[in-house]
Amino acid sequence: MTAPTHHHAPAPHAYVSPIPVRAAHLGDALASEWTKIRSVRSTMWTLGVMILLMFAIGLGVAAIASGSGAPMGDESALGFGFFGMLPASICVITLGVLTIASEYGTGMIRTTLTACPSRARVLLAKAIVFFLLVFSVTTVVATLVALAQVGIVDTAAAPTGGEWLRATVGAGAYLAVLGLMSLGVGTLIRHSAGAITVMIGLLLLPLVAALFMFSEALKSVQEFLFTYAIPSQMIALYSERPPFGDSGPAGWEPLLIMAAVAAAALGGAFALLNSRDV
Amino acid sequence: MIEAVGLTKRYGAKTAVYNLSFQVRPGVVTGFLGPNGSGKSTTMRMILGLDRPTAGQVTIGGHPFRQLPNAPRQVGALLDAKAVHGGRSARSHLLSLAQLAGIPAQRVDEVLGVVGLQDVAKRRSKGFSLGMGQRLGIAAALLGDPQVLLFDEPVNGLDPEGILWVRNLMKKLASEGRTVFVSSHLMSEMALTADHLIVIGRGQLLADMSVTDFISANSADFARVRTPGTEPGQREKLTSVLTEAGGQVLSEPDGALRVTGLPLPRISDLAHGADVRLWELSPHQASLEEAYMRMTQGAVDYRSTDDRLAHLQPPVQPGQPGYGMPPQPPVHEVPQQGWYAPPPPGQNPYGGAPQGSYAPAPGPYAPPAAPQPGLPQPSDTPKDAR
Repeated sequence: MTAPTHHHAPAPHAYVSPIPVRAAHLGDALASEWTKIRSVRSTMWTLGVMILLMFAIGLGVAAIASGSGAPMGDESALGFGFFGMLPASICVITLGVLTIASEYGTGMIRTTLTACPSRARVLLAKAIVFFLLVFSVTTVVATLVALAQVGIVDTAAAPTGGEWLRATVGAGAYLAVLGLMSLGVGTLIRHSAGAITVMIGLLLLPLVAALFMFSEALKSVQEFLFTYAIPSQMIALYSERPPFGDSGPAGWEPLLIMAAVAAAALGGAFALLNSRDV
Repeated sequence: MIEAVGLTKRYGAKTAVYNLSFQVRPGVVTGFLGPNGSGKSTTMRMILGLDRPTAGQVTIGGHPFRQLPNAPRQVGALLDAKAVHGGRSARSHLLSLAQLAGIPAQRVDEVLGVVGLQDVAKRRSKGFSLGMGQRLGIAAALLGDPQVLLFDEPVNGLDPEGILWVRNLMKKLASEGRTVFVSSHLMSEMALTADHLIVIGRGQLLADMSVTDFISANSADFARVRTPGTEPGQREKLTSVLTEAGGQVLSEPDGALRVTGLPLPRISDLAHGADVRLWELSPHQASLEEAYMRMTQGAVDYRSTDDRLAHLQPPVQPGQPGYGMPPQPPVHEVPQQGWYAPPPPGQNPYGGAPQGSYAPAPGPYAPPAAPQPGLPQPSDTPKDAR
């Protein structure tokens, strides 16, 4: 600032846009995230594969059970939903991670955060749009699969109202919340392949590790892992009583546990996103 | 108006930007120059709130970027043309950005037209060329009709028509009273586009002045003197007279002399006194590129060396012709490239003066009238650059 700009007098007043400026809010960010999530192919692919797997596996398992003619006792056919839910969760994890990590991979995140400097608004809008999309799709598919399973397997007991709710809305919510956890992990790790690997590891490794804990000394660890591994929690969602041993979550409790984990992941994601250089 | 005060950014032990203070005013195009790695992009990222400054602050219209109520309506930025999800079409990309600021969808089609991408709006941006990517980035910057615009290397990858378009766009945006801040490596382009320059090197401010002042303060101004080619003795005679009077004389390849350190009238008087006729006595003012290279030569981080192919050649035998030092000519030749006269004493920010800001001194060939120390001298000499 040592040299005065006497060669070019600045314009007397700065430019003012003829379009009135209003403050941006969460609704704007939601519309933007909805445009983003529906305008990339990965959304269609992951959700398409998920729907296919849920139908194919759910109906296939029901058909085999019906063909065997074995008595089901007091169990309902809704429990077969689990077998479609496990592979579906891998698709949901992928989509959840990609929702944010693809922005880091392409550099789009810098454009996004320049257009909306509020990290909280961006992350919240992503989480809401992702949750609503995955929740509605999985709930609809889980409901259709559950209806078909109950229709196919006629030897099983008639499901109660609570069982119906958990097998449809509960399953949809569980997958969507698992996806939110992936969204949080994707934000923390900022790398698609890395975050997907971490999430699939968290999904499957505890159960695999527990399978090989033959030692008596590790009995308590094995029991804990069997009870709280994500696939076990999915099974518990379909059952009134703890499916493994006498204690452990059952009914709606697995959903609450997953919601707490997802909230922690998203909280950590926000704290890091807010403080970290992009 | 962009205002930086004491802006500093450290990445671990490396200081990318140190104590940078400047203002970017509305109504003019302000060029942002500096060698690779000098901290230009880091500064731009701090302006946009993407990086947090280690110390100091930068505001836009008085507010830190992250506190603007609707950032795209106030600040448009092109940082990196590749910062786009390649799987999304150009239109969807812009639509998502428009929605983020509550900008209606018609505006998206409008800016697609402005940058000339309307025909490829539905195509995924993965297949875009660098130039098309730049146009998409400029479209994103223009979306909110903002008061302040930042462009990082906007003409990268553009064809000549595109470069001309960007140049005129910048000037038009500035003439509307907007603040336009453009970084570039292309000096010839900056000379044509920018009115004002902010130059940094190694993260520190080297200059903040108008382009005209910058050239006259930093150019290696010299006088070209030509003696009659028919009388070689006159050339040697003049050289010794000028050297005795305190001038530096270099020989140009075509026989002319390049004189620094003596004003033109003095050269003429000395020649007259020595009874040497002159065929040419002309002032020479450097281009923006030359002025820039001279200013930043001490602040370049990445410098290339000659590829001598030393290990691919047979070992040199001592005394073999062609490899020894050539005999020194009596008058030093002007190096053909890569050499610029050192800055005047006390002006090199790396030579002792700790202040980042750079006081321009009058060039040796500025008119002698009304000398005001520290102020740039308006120069009436012909300018190669403009």
